[in-house]
Parts: sequence; structure tokens; C-alpha cells
Amino acid sequence: MSTQRIYAVFLRQWYLIRGNATRFVQMFIWITVDIVMWGFLSKYLSGISGSGFNLASVLLGAILLWDFLVQIMQGITMSFFEDVWSRNFLNVFASPIKISEYLTGFVLATIFRGILALAVMLTLASIIFGFSVLIYGAYIALFLLILFFTGIALGIIGVSIVLRLGPAAEWLIWPIPALLSPFVGVLYPLTILPQWMQYIGHALPPSYVFTGIRAIVDNGTLPGIELFWGIALSLVYIVIAYFILLSVYKKAIRSGLIARYSAETVN
Amino acid sequence: MHHMSPVPVLEVKELTKLYGKNTAIEDVSFTVNPNEIVGLLGPNGAGKTTTIDMILGVLEPTSGSIKIEGKDIAKKRSDALAVTNFAAVYAQLPGNLTISENLKIFGLLYSVPQLKNRIEEVIKEFDLEQFRNTRCGVLSSGEQTRVSLAKAMLNKPRLLLLDEPTASLDPSTAETIREKIKQYAAQDGGILWTSHNMHEVTDVCDRILFLSHGKILLEGNPKTLPQEHGKKDLEELFISIAREPLLRESL
Repeated sequence: MSTQRIYAVFLRQWYLIRGNATRFVQMFIWITVDIVMWGFLSKYLSGISGSGFNLASVLLGAILLWDFLVQIMQGITMSFFEDVWSRNFLNVFASPIKISEYLTGFVLATIFRGILALAVMLTLASIIFGFSVLIYGAYIALFLLILFFTGIALGIIGVSIVLRLGPAAEWLIWPIPALLSPFVGVLYPLTILPQWMQYIGHALPPSYVFTGIRAIVDNGTLPGIELFWGIALSLVYIVIAYFILLSVYKKAIRSGLIARYSAETVN
Repeated sequence: MHHMSPVPVLEVKELTKLYGKNTAIEDVSFTVNPNEIVGLLGPNGAGKTTTIDMILGVLEPTSGSIKIEGKDIAKKRSDALAVTNFAAVYAQLPGNLTISENLKIFGLLYSVPQLKNRIEEVIKEFDLEQFRNTRCGVLSSGEQTRVSLAKAMLNKPRLLLLDEPTASLDPSTAETIREKIKQYAAQDGGILWTSHNMHEVTDVCDRILFLSHGKILLEGNPKTLPQEHGKKDLEELFISIAREPLLRESL
């Protein structure tokens, strides 16, 4: 792999953010709204429930972590969409870059975006609601790792869908996190779901994170095996997603889709 | 001092591309040698862009091989593309980045040595100094063409593919660009040039290939080929072939 070519992909994303303040602000509007809205809701529910259960730690923490996953997924897909929107496919894919380098550049840009998003969310949650993820102890690092890996896998799947179906399929990508959220139990335990939904939930790595934060808040511990499954599953999904992308890319090269998408407008 | 390369800059051998039952390119073979500008001509839909896409590695041939500087693009894609570059009217650089930013990104993608100096050279060469910090999207089509050419020259490619490179340039700028490209070929580069401007092709190209219905129908020197086939100039020859490709034997 060429570090220069990976850096080129990263640099393109950096130039885009640097050159357009609205793009930068847009990145944080939704997460700010989510933190503020769910923070006040948690505060309100904590006040009326009187159960002693720390709702803010569960609800606000869960929303914060879920938004982190969404930011990671969007980091990958948005980086790719920049080439879709600017019809830059031909210039990029006719250069010596390899698909693995292209993707690694996206991941680097996404790490940068994820850290920024997380910093904004943590700051807001701390200043406005006095919430700190440190209540999850050292587990927070593992939670973030699972969500990061899952976000990367989902992002790669999103890229594959657009590469296979064309620029217009961009609109299929945005709802993916919303479609998954009921199954992973962001705001409720998996046990309240119908059995078939629980099966799907257990196959999705974020469910182990949200089960984990509830267990920590509830009794201060969680089984390590849960986290192990979360990490293992998310890594398996990255590998599967990468092979799907490779397969779609090879098909696009065989059928001429890359060249065609360069001339195709988003509609 | 020129050195003679032992292999052609581009060697296309028995290239065929099928889309289902439709044949886009059939058994096309040709070479581009160092110091040579080869014109790839043909009517719309003849297969020029399909051929270029395959040479650029963004379209896989059904059969046949493409070697750039002896490197098979099917086996050594990155190595082959590192010594290639292209400019085409349908592949402008991202409009939301400045000229300098775009050139830096593509310079890194092509691993250009001493990139900062090279960017300054191409910016100067294509008279883009005053626009270096301007976003490409707000440039005129002629300026964008010059940016695309600057990007195409950035890595000093051994093989340069130009798809109608002067289409949106005024006559004076087009002439300047033609001269630059001729100078470039004289420095050992090989160029594959497509254009519908027959006067330009006659002026610039050392050799032309006429492509029609996915096949090469004619090949030769653009200055002598029309007379060899009883036509007054290349344009007349083009029209006769484009309209009656299957009657080429009678030419």
C-alpha cells in the first residue's frame, strides 16, 4: 500500500472541510440536537420516575454512542459521495490507487471526523447535563471500538450499494442506521423485543454495547464474553463488507459502471 | 538526449469488448511508440471512449491485452497507471477544490517526486498562476481544460491519453496547447489523441487509426492517407468512412 495515495484521499476530505465552514457546521448540527433533546428528556424522565435508576446515564449515553456509530458510517459514505457528486470516479480510478488504499484513506478521514464528533458530544453532554462517559469505566474504550468497527462495516456496505446501483442509490444509504436501531436496543433491552427481532439484534454488534451500558449502570459490571462477541462480530462484518466491496468493484470494472458513473448525474 | 525504448509505450493486442451479445470493440490491435502522437478517430459510438476506458483500467476487456511500457494492465495495474495519465472533457477535476489543492491530491495519487516544484511548473506551463487558489468549479471551460491538462502532465507520463483536449479552447490557446503537447511527445512520451477536428489531427498526429463499429478500418499518416484513398483531405476521408464503413475496401 502507498502511504502517499492514502494521504491523498485523506487530504481531499480535509480540504473539503477546511474550505467550507457550512460543511463543518453541518457535521455537528444533528448530534447537537440529539444530545440536547435526549439530555432534557432523560432529565425529565429521571425526575418523574423516582425509581432511582440513572436514566440519564442510560438514555443520553446510548444516544451519544449511537450518534458516534452514525458519524463513523457517514464518514465513510460521505467521503465516497464526494467523488460521486463531483463525478470524480474516472480521475480517481484511472490513477494508480488501489481499492484498499482508497478505503484506508476514507477510514483515516473518518477517524478524524469521529474524534471531532465525539469531542463535541462529550463536551455538550458534560456542560449541559453533567454527564460523563467515564461512568462506564474502561469499558467505554471497548464500546467505542465495537461501534467504530461496525460503523466502518456499514459505511463500506453503503459504498458497495452505491457502486453497484449507481449515484441515485445514495438515498438508500441514509436510512440504514435508522433501520438497524430498533434491532440493537439503543433505548431498551433486547428482551422486550419479539423473539425474531432478538435473533437479529444478537447478530448486530452494537446490541452488545447497549446491553453493556445498561448492565454497568444497573449493577456495575458486565460479562466480558458479551464484549468479546461484540468485537469479534464487528471485525467479521468488516471483512465481509470489504469482500462485498471488492466483488462489486470488480463487477463495476467488468461492466464499465465506473466510467459511466463519471458522466452520470445524481437524480 | 532521447533514448529509444525497447518496447512501445502502449501495446494493444487483439482487444475485444462484448456487452452481452453486443460487440463494442472487436479484435483491435495497435501500438503507440515513444515520440509518437497517434490519433484515434471515428464517428460517435465507434468505440474510442471504450478503448480509452480499457487502457485506463476502468473497463475490463472481454479478451486481449493492454501493455503500458511493457506492463500488463490486467496484472500490474498500479505500475502501468503510474506512468499513464489522461485529460478528457468528461472528466473535469472536482469543482469544490482549488487548482493547487487538486494538483496536490493528484500529484500524491501519482507519487510525483518533488511535488511542490512540479505543481509550480505545470501551473506556469498552462498559464494558471492567477487561478491557483480559485476553485475549479468557477473556472471557464477553457480554464478547466487547461487544469485537466496540467493534471495530465503532472507525473510526466510515458503514455498520455487526450480525449478532445482542445475542444473548449479558443483558437489561440488551442494552438499553444498543441505546441506544448508536440513538445511533450518530442521528449520521449507517447500520446493517444482523439479529436473530431480533422485539421488539428492532420497538424498534430504522426499516425492515425480510424475506428468504426469497434474495428480499426484504416491506419496511416494523416498527411498522405487521404490522397492514397482518393480524397482531398482527412475530413472528406472521415466522412466517407463514417457513412460507409463497410465499403472501406472500395476506398
